[in-house]
Amino acid sequence: MDALLNYLFSSNGLFWVFAFMTLACGGLVVANPFSRNPVTSAMFLVLTIISMAGLFVLLHAFFLAAVQVMVYAGAVMVLFLFVIMLLDLQEEERRKVKKLGLLAGLLSIGAIAGIFVKSLMAAQPGRGLPAPVAEGGTIPLGKLLFTNYLLPFEIVSVLLLVAMVGVILLSKKDLK
Amino acid sequence: MNVGLEHYLVVSALLFALGLLGVITRRNLIVMYMSLELMLNSANLALVSFSRFNDNLNGQVMVFFIITVAAAEVAVGLALIVALYRKRQSAHVEDLTSMKL
Repeated sequence: MDALLNYLFSSNGLFWVFAFMTLACGGLVVANPFSRNPVTSAMFLVLTIISMAGLFVLLHAFFLAAVQVMVYAGAVMVLFLFVIMLLDLQEEERRKVKKLGLLAGLLSIGAIAGIFVKSLMAAQPGRGLPAPVAEGGTIPLGKLLFTNYLLPFEIVSVLLLVAMVGVILLSKKDLK
Repeated sequence: MNVGLEHYLVVSALLFALGLLGVITRRNLIVMYMSLELMLNSANLALVSFSRFNDNLNGQVMVFFIITVAAAEVAVGLALIVALYRKRQSAHVEDLTSMKL
């Protein structure tokens, strides 16, 4: 028992915990056998994103883990929930799932996933790489962002402005 | 067994497959949109793990941009869904057949 706990809290063990949580919650976003309410999906998407932030921490991408939690789990998901509450989606639960479509989708996606995993395991892209040293702290990322990537950074800020103006225009009552 | 690049890539591939499954099988626009977010996130995971194991921070800057663009995209997409709902009283793809022959 002690050995198991020790393994679970080592970085290898934590990878399995977070990977399992990411995939399980991701699966529950897509197909939840207990509830087809979009709010449940959104809540599980929050859990998926938070466990992915855990994976980012294991990859030493600390800044991105924080951004992931703040921007995705915070801002984006609040937006999602806001829209779900705004629309009345009660009828979603009454609709039947098409069994044939579900089966065909499962089969084809299962095949695609199988090909992905098989080819990754065959190619072994991590073999022969030196031990990882890259640290994604705020200082190295900020330096990179404000030197090499200064122009894309500014363009992205303009993109955000464009999106904001676009959303205001789209949500006006009468478009002229 | 040590966790390496392959493991992270497999998780990312499976997450992408889950997102794709959601887009194909679910018919609710909002749930489809959440599945799209899942696919974007799986790409982020692959980029971060490549960046870590190849000792190169450019991948993480890319992920930073992807997160920003995804936030903008979510805002515009949800505004479109709300506009559509106002017109049609439905957020279900099967009800949106006016362009069907």
